Amino acid sequence: MTISTGAGDIDRRLLMDRSVSGRRAFTVSESDVPEQVLPDSTLLRDDVELPEVSQLEVIRYFSVLSQLNFSIDTNFYPLGSCTMKYNPKINDELSNLPGLADIHPLQPEETVQGAIRLLKNLQDDLGEITGLPGVSLAPLAGAQGEYAGLLIARAYHEARNDSERVVAIIPDSAHGTNPASAAMAGLEVVTVRSDDQGNVDVDNLRELADGRTAVFMLTIPSTLGLFEPNILEITKIIHDAGGLVYADGANLNALLGLVKLGDLGVDICHSNLHKTFSTPHGGGGPGSGPVMVTDELAQFLPKPVAELTDDGYVLATPAESIGAINGFHGSFSIAARAYAYIKALGLEGLQSVSENAVISANYIQAKLKDKYDLAADRYCMHETVLSASRQKKRGVAGLDIAKRLLDFGIHAPTMYFPMIVDEALMVEPTESESKETLDHFIAVLRQIDDEIDASPELILEAPHDLPVTRLDEAKAARKPVLRWTPEE
Amino acid sequence: MLGVIGVDSLDGLLGDIPVEHRHPSLNLAPGLSEQELSSVFGAIAAENASSSNGYISFLGAGAYSHYIPSTVRAILQRGEFVTAYTPYQPEAAQGTLQVGFEFQTIICQLTGMKVANAGMYDGPTAFAEACLMAARVTKRNRIGVLSTTDDRLPDTLRAYSKYQGIEIVSIAPDATEIPDDLACIGIQSPNFFGQIEDVERLTDLAHANGALSIVHVNPTALGMFKAPGEFDVDIVTADGQPLGVPMAFGGPYVGLFACKKAHIRQMPGRIIGRTTDTKGRTGYALTLQTREQHIRRERATSNICTSTQLIGLMVTVYAATLGKQGMKDLANLCYQKAHYAASEINQLAGFSVSGKGTFFHEFVVTCAGDPARINAALLQRKIIGGLDISERSDNGMLVCVTETSSKADIDRLVAALSEIGVTA
Repeated sequence: MTISTGAGDIDRRLLMDRSVSGRRAFTVSESDVPEQVLPDSTLLRDDVELPEVSQLEVIRYFSVLSQLNFSIDTNFYPLGSCTMKYNPKINDELSNLPGLADIHPLQPEETVQGAIRLLKNLQDDLGEITGLPGVSLAPLAGAQGEYAGLLIARAYHEARNDSERVVAIIPDSAHGTNPASAAMAGLEVVTVRSDDQGNVDVDNLRELADGRTAVFMLTIPSTLGLFEPNILEITKIIHDAGGLVYADGANLNALLGLVKLGDLGVDICHSNLHKTFSTPHGGGGPGSGPVMVTDELAQFLPKPVAELTDDGYVLATPAESIGAINGFHGSFSIAARAYAYIKALGLEGLQSVSENAVISANYIQAKLKDKYDLAADRYCMHETVLSASRQKKRGVAGLDIAKRLLDFGIHAPTMYFPMIVDEALMVEPTESESKETLDHFIAVLRQIDDEIDASPELILEAPHDLPVTRLDEAKAARKPVLRWTPEE
Repeated sequence: MLGVIGVDSLDGLLGDIPVEHRHPSLNLAPGLSEQELSSVFGAIAAENASSSNGYISFLGAGAYSHYIPSTVRAILQRGEFVTAYTPYQPEAAQGTLQVGFEFQTIICQLTGMKVANAGMYDGPTAFAEACLMAARVTKRNRIGVLSTTDDRLPDTLRAYSKYQGIEIVSIAPDATEIPDDLACIGIQSPNFFGQIEDVERLTDLAHANGALSIVHVNPTALGMFKAPGEFDVDIVTADGQPLGVPMAFGGPYVGLFACKKAHIRQMPGRIIGRTTDTKGRTGYALTLQTREQHIRRERATSNICTSTQLIGLMVTVYAATLGKQGMKDLANLCYQKAHYAASEINQLAGFSVSGKGTFFHEFVVTCAGDPARINAALLQRKIIGGLDISERSDNGMLVCVTETSSKADIDRLVAALSEIGVTA
C-alpha cells in the first residue's frame, strides 16, 4: 500500500478499527475494600466489546474529528431560525463550577439553596422579558417546551369543562415540531394559510376559529422573519372563540426589550435557551425550552417551579400541574449559562442584542435583494428569507448555492424552509457578527450568483474543499449502516 | 447600515410591532463585567453542598457520582464540537456525525443490541418513547410497567401518553401471567431498589403474550452484568449520565435508545448512517429522516429534534477512554464498594439491608426510625445520606455507593449511622 502525503488525507478509521488488544487509555483505581463475593456467574457477561486505545489516541482521534466541523467558533454560521450567536466562554466555565456541576438532583433543598435561587432568578428574568410571569424551566428542548405548553392549554380547557376543544390551528409556515407536538397532545391539526405578504390570513383564521379551537400556535416573528402586523387582531379572534394563543419563541432573539409577548395577548410561549440566550448548540443539543404562561395558567405548569418561601428556596409542584415531563428539574447547567448571559448583558445589553440582530438581517437583505428574490419584500426582523427562484431558472438550485457557500468557509443558511417559499434560503446573521463579516458574506453570495453564468460546475459540484464532497443520502437510507461491525 | 437599509432609525424597521407595545419597560438589573459575574456565580455555587466543600453523598436513584476522566473535559473544550449545530450540512459536520456513529456503535456494544439512535433527552423520556414505540409496533394501547421501576419512568410516560389513548398497567416482578393485550412490559434492571431483575424470564413472558420487552438499564452495570441483547429484549433504554456526565442538579443528560433491527423505522430521534461521497469516500449523514417531524409533521414518530449530541460526545469519549477493560473494572469496583457498605451497615443495630436478590451499587436499608430524621442527623455531620424512600418501602433508605466513595467515606457513614441509630 502506498503511503499518501498531505493533510488532505484524513484518517477516518473508526475507534474499533484502531483497537489493539490490551491497549489502555485509563486505569481504574484498585479496590480499597475487602474482597466481596461476586454474583452467580450466570448473571455476568464475559466481555464488553469496546475500543482498546491509548490516551493519546483518544485525544488525537476526537481532536482531528472536531476539525472536520464548521462551528460558530470557527465559521460564520447564518443558519436561519437557529440563532447561531457567539456563546460566551465564561458561561461554560461558570456552569462547571464544582458547586454547580457536582450536586445531585435529589439533595435536600437546604443543601442546594444556591442552585434553586439561580433557577428562581432565571424564571423571573424570563417572565419579565416575555411578559408571561409563570415560568417552568423543566422542558429539555424547544419541542418539549412546546409539548408542555399544549398540555397546559388542554389542562386549562379541561378544568373549565370545555373538553370539546381538540383543534390546534397552525400556520402553513410553521416549523414541523408544531404539528408533531400537537399530534402528541392529541390535537387535530388545522392549517391556516399565509397571505401574499407572509402574514397569517386573518380572514381564513376567522373562519377556522370556533368552539373546537383549543389553541393557535404562532411563531413570532414568523419563520419568514416577519413580525405579524395583525397580531392584536389575531389574539382577539382566538380569545373571542375561547381558545388560547401559543407563541413559539424560537425567534425570540428579535424581540428582547422591543416588545413583550404577554402584552400582545399571548397566553403561553416557550423560549430556546440555546438560541436567544446563547447556550451552546452542542452539535444538536442539549437544549432547554422553558415554558412561560400568564398568571392564570401558572397553576398548570410542569414541575418543578422554583419558589421563594419563608423557609427559603424550594422546588414546588403547581396546584394543577401537568406533572413531570422528564427525569429531574430540566437542563440545570444550560439554565446556569443562560442566567450568566442575562446577568452579563443586563437591561441595556439585552436590548441591543435584538436591535443589532434586526439591523444586521435588514442590511443583508438590502444588499442582496437586487440579486436574490425575497420571500416578502418588506423589512424583516432578525432573519431574512431569500429565494433562489431566479437562480433556479438559470440552472442552480438553493441547495447548490448552500453547498457552494461551504467552500468559502461559510455555513449554509437553512434551506427549503419555510416550505411555502420556493428555493428558500433563510439567513440569520445574529447580533454577534461584525459589519465586515456581513459584507464578506454579501460579497460571496453575489459572486456565487455571477458564477452561475461563468462557471456553473463550481456551484453544481460544490463543495470542493471539504473533507467530503456531496454525500449519497439516498444510499444511507436505502441500506442503513448505523454502527461499526467486525466483518468490515 | 441604517442608511443602506433606507431608514433613519431602528424604529423604521419595527413598524409592524404595535406602537403602544413597543419598547416596554423591563425590570432587569444592569449588566455585569466578567469578573463581577464570576463573583456572583462563586457565591451561588458556595451555597450548595458538594464534595468541594467537604460533603460526602450516598444518593443515586437515577443520577450517579462517577469520576470523569480528563479526556472528557479536554475534548469538551473543542469549540468545533460545542458550538456546531445539528448536522444539516453533512459535508461541514463530519466530526459531529462520525462521533454520533461511534456513539451508536458504543451503545449497541454495551447493550448487546443491533441498532441505536443518536440520543434522546434523558433516561425517563427515552423509556417513555420506547413504550410509545411498542404501542406503534404491536398496535396495542395498554402498556405494562413493572412495579419495581423508578416512579420517574411511569410518570414521564404518563405525560407523554396522556392523549394517546394509552393505559398503563402495573405488573408485579414475579408475575407468571400477564394480560394478552399488552404492547410491552417495561422493566428496569437494576430496578429502583438496586436489584437485578429476571430479564430473561420476563422477556419470555412478554413474547409469549405478543408483547415487546423493554429494559431500562444502568449503563455502568453493563460492564459486569449480561447485556439485555442476550435475552432477546426488543428495546433497551438508559440514562447516559453515569458515563462521564456531571450530575449537575439533574441535567442535561442524554437518553440512550437501542432496539432490534426489525423496528428501526419506528424508532424516534435522530439516526446517523454511513454512506459515500461523489468520489466514493466514506462519510456520514443523518438518515431515515422520513420518520421525523420536519418531514412528516403531525405523522412523525416523535416531536423530538435533538439528539443531545454534546452529552453523547461526553459518553463516547468516556467509553473510548475506559475501554473494554476499564468498563469491566469500574463496574466491579462499584459492586465491591457497595457490597462492602451494605455488609457493614447490615451489622449495625437498627439497620438492615433489604432485598434477597443480587444488587449492583444501590441497596435499600430499612431503618428502625424515620429515614428523614436519620438523614437530618447525617447532614449535621456533612453526610448526605441515602434517598428517603419510606413512601415505597417502610422506613427505607436507598443508599448508593460508587467508586467516588472511598473506604474512609463509607466507614464515616457507617460510624455516623451507628451513633445516630441509638439516638434517632
